[in-house]
Amino acid sequence: MFKDILEIFWKFFKMGAVTFGGGYAMLPILRREIIEKSGWMQEEEILDYYALSQGLPGIIAINVSTFIGYHHMKTPGAITAALGVVSPSIIIITAIAMFLSGFKDNVYVQHALAGISVCVIALILDAVIGMWKKGVKDVWGYIIFAVALLVSMFTRLSPVLLVIGAAIAGIIIRSVKRASETGKGAEKK
Amino acid sequence: MIYLSLFWEFLKIGLFAVGGGMATLPFLRELSVRTGWFSQDLITDMIAISESTPGPIGINMATYVGCNIAGLFGGFIATMGELLPSLIIVIIISKSLERFRNAKVVGDAFYGLRPAVTGLIAAAGISVAQVAMLQLELYKETNLLLNLVDWKKLLLFIVMFIGIRKLKWHPVVYIAIAAVVGLIFAF
Repeated sequence: MFKDILEIFWKFFKMGAVTFGGGYAMLPILRREIIEKSGWMQEEEILDYYALSQGLPGIIAINVSTFIGYHHMKTPGAITAALGVVSPSIIIITAIAMFLSGFKDNVYVQHALAGISVCVIALILDAVIGMWKKGVKDVWGYIIFAVALLVSMFTRLSPVLLVIGAAIAGIIIRSVKRASETGKGAEKK
Repeated sequence: MIYLSLFWEFLKIGLFAVGGGMATLPFLRELSVRTGWFSQDLITDMIAISESTPGPIGINMATYVGCNIAGLFGGFIATMGELLPSLIIVIIISKSLERFRNAKVVGDAFYGLRPAVTGLIAAAGISVAQVAMLQLELYKETNLLLNLVDWKKLLLFIVMFIGIRKLKWHPVVYIAIAAVVGLIFAF
C-alpha cells in the first residue's frame, strides 16, 4: 500500500515537473507515463477525464490527475496524485518568488519585466480568442460575454456571483429553448 | 490570522474558477483590488513566471501570489486552498461518473458559463493592459492624446500577438524575447 502511494506520488511529481503550461500540455506525458509505461488505463478514459475536468471548477491538470489517481487507488490515490502534481510548482515558484523579491529594485530587472508584461497581455488576448471560439456560439453567448465583461470592468461585483449567475442563465435559456421546441413539435402533430 | 484568510480566499477561487488556470485570473485581480494584499503590477510578473516555469499555470499563480502575500508558507497555504475544492469535487464525481456525464443540467450550465468566463478573462486582460501600456500620469500632465499610449510597448504588443497567433511557439519563447526587448530598449 505504502509503496503504491509512493509510486503514484513520484509519477505525478515527475509529470508536474516537466509540464509547461498545464491543461492539455500535460496530455503527451500522461499518455507516456500512465498508458504506455504503467498500463493503468486506456487513452479514451483519459480524454473523458479531460472533457469532464474542463467542465469542473479548479485547475484542469489537477482535476485530471485526481481522476486518474482515484481510478487507480480510490480516494488515497486521488489525494496523492493531486499533491504529487502540485509539489514541483510549490518548490520552484517559492524559490523564484523569494529570489525575485530581492531583485525587484534593480533597473535592468524592471526593464525586462516591463517588456514581459506587454507579452503577457498578448498571451491573455490569445487565451480569450481561444475560449471565444470554443464557447461563444450564438447571440445569447454574445450577451452573456458582454454582460460579464462590462460588469467586471465597471463594478466591483465579485466574479463568484457572475459565475453563479451565468450558470443559472444557461440552465434557464436552454430549458426555455427545449420547451418551445417541443411545443412547436406538438403543434405540428 | 493571515494564513486562515489566505486559505479561505484561495478555497473560493478553487471552487468558483471554472475553465482552468487562466480562469483564476479575474479572481486574483479582484482579490488584489479588494484586499490590497498585493499590487496589480504583481499580476503581470505572476503570469510571466507561471507560464515560463514547469507546472500547471493556475497552481503556479496561486503559489506565487501566496508567497508574495505571506512568505514561504503563504505559497503553500494558497495552493492547498485552491486544490481542496477540486479534490473533493472530483472524488465525489468519480463515485457516480456516468450519471454526472449525461446530466442535461451540467451541459446547460456550461452553455452560460463559457461566455461568462471568456468575458471575465477579457476584462482582467484589459485591466492588466491599462497598468502596463497606458501612461495616464503623463497624459494628465501634458494633455496630449499622443502621450496616452506607450508607442514602443504597443508596437511590441502587436508583434508579439501576431507571433503568438501565427507561430504557436511555447509562451516561454515569447516571454524571453519580450524580456530582451524590454532590456535593450529600456522599457
